[in-house]
Amino acid sequence: MPLDSGAELIVASPSGPAASELRCHGNWSVHTIAALERALLQLRWPEAGDMVVDGSGIEVLDTSGAWLLHRTVAQRAARGGTVRLQGFRAEFAALLQLLAARGLPLEAPLARLPPWLERVGRQAWSGVTGLWDYLAFVGESALALLSTLRHPRRLRWRPILHNVQIAGVDALPITGLLSFLMGLVIAYQGADQLQRFGANIFVVDLVALAMLRELSPLLTAIIIAGRSGSAYTAQIGTMKVTEEIDALRTIGVGAQDLLVIPKVIALVIVMPLLTVYTDVTGVLGGMVMAKLKLGVGFDAFVDRLDDAIQLSSYWTGLAKAPVFALIVALVGCHRGFQVGGSADSVGAQTTVSVVQSIFLVIVTDALFSVVFLWLDL
Amino acid sequence: MLPGSPLSSAVVDMRGVCTRFGSAVVHDGVDLRVDAGEVFALVGGSGSGKSTLLREIILLQQPVAGSIRVFGQEVVGLTDEQALPLRRRWGVMFERGALFSALTVAENVGMVLAEHTDLPPHLIREVSAVKIALTGLPADAGAKYPSELSGGMRKRASLARALALDPELLFLDEPTAGLDPLSASGIDELVRNLRDGLGLTIMMVTHDLDLLWRAADRVAVLGQGRIVGVGTMPELSHSDDALVRQYFHGPRGRAALEQAWKPR
Repeated sequence: MPLDSGAELIVASPSGPAASELRCHGNWSVHTIAALERALLQLRWPEAGDMVVDGSGIEVLDTSGAWLLHRTVAQRAARGGTVRLQGFRAEFAALLQLLAARGLPLEAPLARLPPWLERVGRQAWSGVTGLWDYLAFVGESALALLSTLRHPRRLRWRPILHNVQIAGVDALPITGLLSFLMGLVIAYQGADQLQRFGANIFVVDLVALAMLRELSPLLTAIIIAGRSGSAYTAQIGTMKVTEEIDALRTIGVGAQDLLVIPKVIALVIVMPLLTVYTDVTGVLGGMVMAKLKLGVGFDAFVDRLDDAIQLSSYWTGLAKAPVFALIVALVGCHRGFQVGGSADSVGAQTTVSVVQSIFLVIVTDALFSVVFLWLDL
Repeated sequence: MLPGSPLSSAVVDMRGVCTRFGSAVVHDGVDLRVDAGEVFALVGGSGSGKSTLLREIILLQQPVAGSIRVFGQEVVGLTDEQALPLRRRWGVMFERGALFSALTVAENVGMVLAEHTDLPPHLIREVSAVKIALTGLPADAGAKYPSELSGGMRKRASLARALALDPELLFLDEPTAGLDPLSASGIDELVRNLRDGLGLTIMMVTHDLDLLWRAADRVAVLGQGRIVGVGTMPELSHSDDALVRQYFHGPRGRAALEQAWKPR
């Protein structure tokens, strides 16, 4: 393949009758036009006047090469004077004709980035409308839930049970393991301090109160937000991209009824159960560490457990679970519905879903602490 | 002549291709040959394995047995690295467009150019705009995202991306499926223009009888795992093979035939 591609320019004397001539040769293709464009820019073009473009030396011409030639010719023609093509092979001439017939603009439009202030404004506004959307979504879901509760026969048990399986039963190993380790760590961290005062037995109070009141519901909610909340967003988001949500609507099945309500109900059922379960595994973890590090036997530990925790500690922990479940399920589903038509958007909304639900769970947990303090629980 | 080109003018040459999914036999010895510069169409009923055959040629799937030569090079068993030079020489337009949804149409085209050439950004933008215009899309379509386009525009945008590197061989999977008659006849014209203007070899899989009559030079009918008939449309419409007759002489087949013989 001849790669000696280029063009040379023979400038006619301004007084003479002959036109300037641009002789093109070699390979004008997508792989050479970058160099060709630079070469063309370095030519010493005459100010104006007629011109002949000779293409008899061109061996390869693809659409990219044809575009460069077409643009050069059009730019010359725009300066006045006629430009004549000669010597092109029939197929190359046809290709140039094809481009000329399209009437392409010579400068490709550059995508314009909106000014800084506009972007800030848009960002802020999307924050406000996002909050509004979320409230509207919560309202819609509440209405849908109410109408299902009024007609319990419309409740879809199959998806609810399926979600209980996926979000609850399948999550048992990971939640159990993590809370066990958490109990282990708390007992270990407390052991040193307690030993110093000879108050070894109070490790029971430490572990049991921390797990039951705070850590176990929080830990469960965070794991479920990462595990199930993200899955809800991705599922609904993908259904949105493939127009399945629209299809549901045309069939006359509310997307809320089929996709949101079963998930919300399932999580509200599952989250308290998981919390009780992680209460147990967490305390077990503490128990193991108490025996290893502090010499508190299992019998002594269980005996002390009775005195260490009141029922209220247990209930205050458990009361948070359904609220966290609502947050995780609603944020997850809402973000799914916010997906707009692209694969990127599914990823972005899933990220937002997890971040938002964990954030809201922790804020809500703090609010609970304040309320319980008031109520003196 | 490019390295690796055969002496014959066959761009795609398949011999004895067999495909099985589990126990289901899809192809049982398919022989097929596409010559340079022709518009070749592959037809067949639903589930006859047309798209599978196409996927085997473009290295998305492997046949169980047989040989597929593209530009004279055997593609069965090729590694991704070995296939790269071949992949640059063909373009594929997928049935549902398969545009990257996170990129605008112009970026979809420009991405291919940026990946395989050393063009500066302004030339990438210009060449992308040329490809988009060649497929008949309006100039402002380049700045739009695939989700903002209609089905027909999405197909054209997908075609623009397939043309990004000026391929010698273009594969079209159901180019007119899901389009209104007006957009579909626009595609007929486009296919012919591309072949004539850019000197492409085009291989398409289609159900569209009008497209076959108007644009295809040769047509192969796939049925029962084999090619049951190859030829020009007038030849095939006089074929005696039961499957071929069934395909071209249904009520819609006859209407398309009458349409094709009408003076335009």
